[in-house]
Amino acid sequence: MADRPERTDNKPQLSLHIPEPNYRPGADEVDFSAIEIPEAGAQPRPDEACDPTETHGLCTDLIRVLGEDNRAHGPWDPKLDPDTLREMLHHFSLVRAFDERMFRGQRQGKTSFYMKCTGEEATSISTSMALQQDDMVFPSYRQQGVLIARGYPLLEMINQIYSNSGDKLKGRQLPIMYSSREHSFFSISGNLATQVPQAVGWAMASAIKHDTRIAASWVGEGSTAEGDFHAACTFASVYNAPVILNVINNQWAISSFSGFAGSERATFASRAIGYGLAGLRVDGNDPLACYAAERWAANRARTNSGPTLIEFFTYRAEGHSTSDDPSGYRSAQERDAWPLGDPVVRLKNHLIELGEWDEDRQAEMDLKAAEKVKADTKEAEKNGILGHGMHQPFHTMFEDVFEEEPWHLKEQNAQSQAERDKKYPDGVPH
Amino acid sequence: MSETKEKPKQGRDATGDDRRLNMIEAINDALDVAMGRDDNVVVFGEDAGYFGGVFRCTAGLQEKYGKTRAFDTPISECGIIATAIGMGAYGLRPVPEIQFADYIYPGYDQIISEAARLRYRSAGEFSAPITIRSPFGGGIFGGQTHSQSPESLFTHASGIKTVIPATPYDAKGLLIAAIEDNDPVIFFEPKRIYNGPFDGFFDRPVKNWKSHPDSVVPEGHYAIPLGKARLVTEGEQLTVLTYGTMVHVAKAVMEEKGVEADILDLRTLVPLDIEAVEKSVKKTGKCLIIHEATRTSGFGAELSALVQERSFYHLEAPIERVTGFDTPYPHSLEWAYFPGPVRIGAALDKLLSE
Ligand SMILES: Cc1ncc(C[n+]2csc(CCOP(=O)(O)OP(=O)(O)O)c2C)c(N)n1
Repeated sequence: MADRPERTDNKPQLSLHIPEPNYRPGADEVDFSAIEIPEAGAQPRPDEACDPTETHGLCTDLIRVLGEDNRAHGPWDPKLDPDTLREMLHHFSLVRAFDERMFRGQRQGKTSFYMKCTGEEATSISTSMALQQDDMVFPSYRQQGVLIARGYPLLEMINQIYSNSGDKLKGRQLPIMYSSREHSFFSISGNLATQVPQAVGWAMASAIKHDTRIAASWVGEGSTAEGDFHAACTFASVYNAPVILNVINNQWAISSFSGFAGSERATFASRAIGYGLAGLRVDGNDPLACYAAERWAANRARTNSGPTLIEFFTYRAEGHSTSDDPSGYRSAQERDAWPLGDPVVRLKNHLIELGEWDEDRQAEMDLKAAEKVKADTKEAEKNGILGHGMHQPFHTMFEDVFEEEPWHLKEQNAQSQAERDKKYPDGVPH
Repeated sequence: MSETKEKPKQGRDATGDDRRLNMIEAINDALDVAMGRDDNVVVFGEDAGYFGGVFRCTAGLQEKYGKTRAFDTPISECGIIATAIGMGAYGLRPVPEIQFADYIYPGYDQIISEAARLRYRSAGEFSAPITIRSPFGGGIFGGQTHSQSPESLFTHASGIKTVIPATPYDAKGLLIAAIEDNDPVIFFEPKRIYNGPFDGFFDRPVKNWKSHPDSVVPEGHYAIPLGKARLVTEGEQLTVLTYGTMVHVAKAVMEEKGVEADILDLRTLVPLDIEAVEKSVKKTGKCLIIHEATRTSGFGAELSALVQERSFYHLEAPIERVTGFDTPYPHSLEWAYFPGPVRIGAALDKLLSE
């Protein structure tokens, strides 16, 4: 208001708050002691059909099962048998090996891009093991664990990452943006948070049809600031949709810490309260807690008791993607100082504590996983790697825009063929 | 001409006459037929359930088909479109309503980045067979926020079809075709002609559909294929390319001025009936493009380029475009904004004097 008179009173001047993370690279000494970590097993487990208000306390608490003693505690203990625990550990091992190899593959120029989920494995593997195989999942881009837990062939994943001739998405999607209808795994979008209200719509349709399948979606804590997320919460609540909204709070959205999505004032789980959703806040590095919370929410959805928003409190141990250098914005010590440990180590130690596992078997499992990934990578490379040759026939570019090709795409298709003929008069190389 | 007008069996009203409907009734009828034939068809939107929509297009559907097939939604266009996409991926055929096209933008990303690309990005694994209905266009004193014509924002995106009916007969047949189509469709309803064909002379008595030949709407199922234009009048002097409300305005102005024109009602902008366009322009040698949307980068620009590329040597005069201005729709100056008889007349004079 430039035309207003100068201030003459002594009212306080306003100031703008710009959130700032506790630690930046360099001198900052990382100290996570301010994070409240309640004792494992101390959190109440309300009935799955409870009123959402009964979960309010759990929106700020932290559901934990595995204690420092590597044993399972309290009412959230899912009481999984050793075989299931070993199966979970096996998926962990495979995802770690897969991430490692694909990351290297990107560095070797075999593809343009990759994203690891190191430290967050439990939030996709343990959770999807708690769902039925035919429940529909609407993932974001860091849920490779869901596909692996559902038995999707690694070879198919690598073909997609390499955009090669075996890529059933015809080389159109950015690496890691998988899709598998057969595995009830929705096509991943690069536009953040769009999948969350879509999951709600799928769940609504399932309810309209009196189906028995439910839907689940995953979204990063940074992306919960998108309007789509809030639309999803509203619709889930309004229609009591049989859906689970998983929020993966890994503390960072590329270089922006969770404060930029509003974590300084409220937990992400507590977003549930205002929408009348059940809400749970879970130790995302505790595989048993992740499993138990997802199973609780799934049972709730399956019995028409309502949708659930779950915050998985975890830490992104690696960079955001291959295009990102985290040392530019966060302290390198954070990863090691993270007080909730590593989900793989915690599960391994639990199985050892139960007398159902040992380090030798673990080493053997990890080796086998690495070999499996290596073999599948070799196999995939036979179908080509990104940038080496034209893996998809030109005409596929024009397919699937519409169910049928309209005249203008037919014309452009013919044009692209003519361009190819001109460029390669002796036929396309190889 | 490749226009189609297969006339199915006519319905009769209580007096034994042809059944005449206005556009709202025709749309309602289309939804009723589609829902009756396929229980995967669901309709929803703000006020669309119990009340039947602010324009009453969905009236009676909830009563007839139940609350889970015709229901109200939160005021969240993003949520409306996104949930429709999820339902479509499940296997339903959702027909979401956006109350006014001016409010489609909160759902825009879901339409153009998600619905329109789902089939492509999943290589056919998933698709969004949704039909987004929305009233659009001005001429009802709706001001800036109830009058826009955003069709070219959708025709510019790949993977979505854009359909605009101009008569009750077409509205029913095109809407049924859109709902049965496996691609996402934007179905823009020209709200100025919901109740009667508007001739552009706003100071003359309002007409209603009852005496218009295209208000005879047969009962039951019929579909008008998407991508086929309709030849409204035939003439040698020039070709008029238009759609929606402007079809009727163009017709009235040609009659008033005694001009004999091929008036092509495009009916669908994507896919466009390029054959019909080319054939007519080659015959007449002159082309007038009329739409209500703002001028710059409007669909008329695309039409003009296409005609020039394909029929340049047949043209006897520069292509003329009559459009809205590049301003928001001004409430009190609505009729100065509207591309009415005066603006069309001036373009005609120019074209015909060449
Ligand atoms: C709509 C949209 N805006 C911005 C981006 C760019 N982008 C990609 S990932 C990312 C950060 C997401 O962080 P978060 O949701 O916390 O998930 P995380 O990567 O930590 O798993 C951003 C901003 C995008 N892909 N989509």
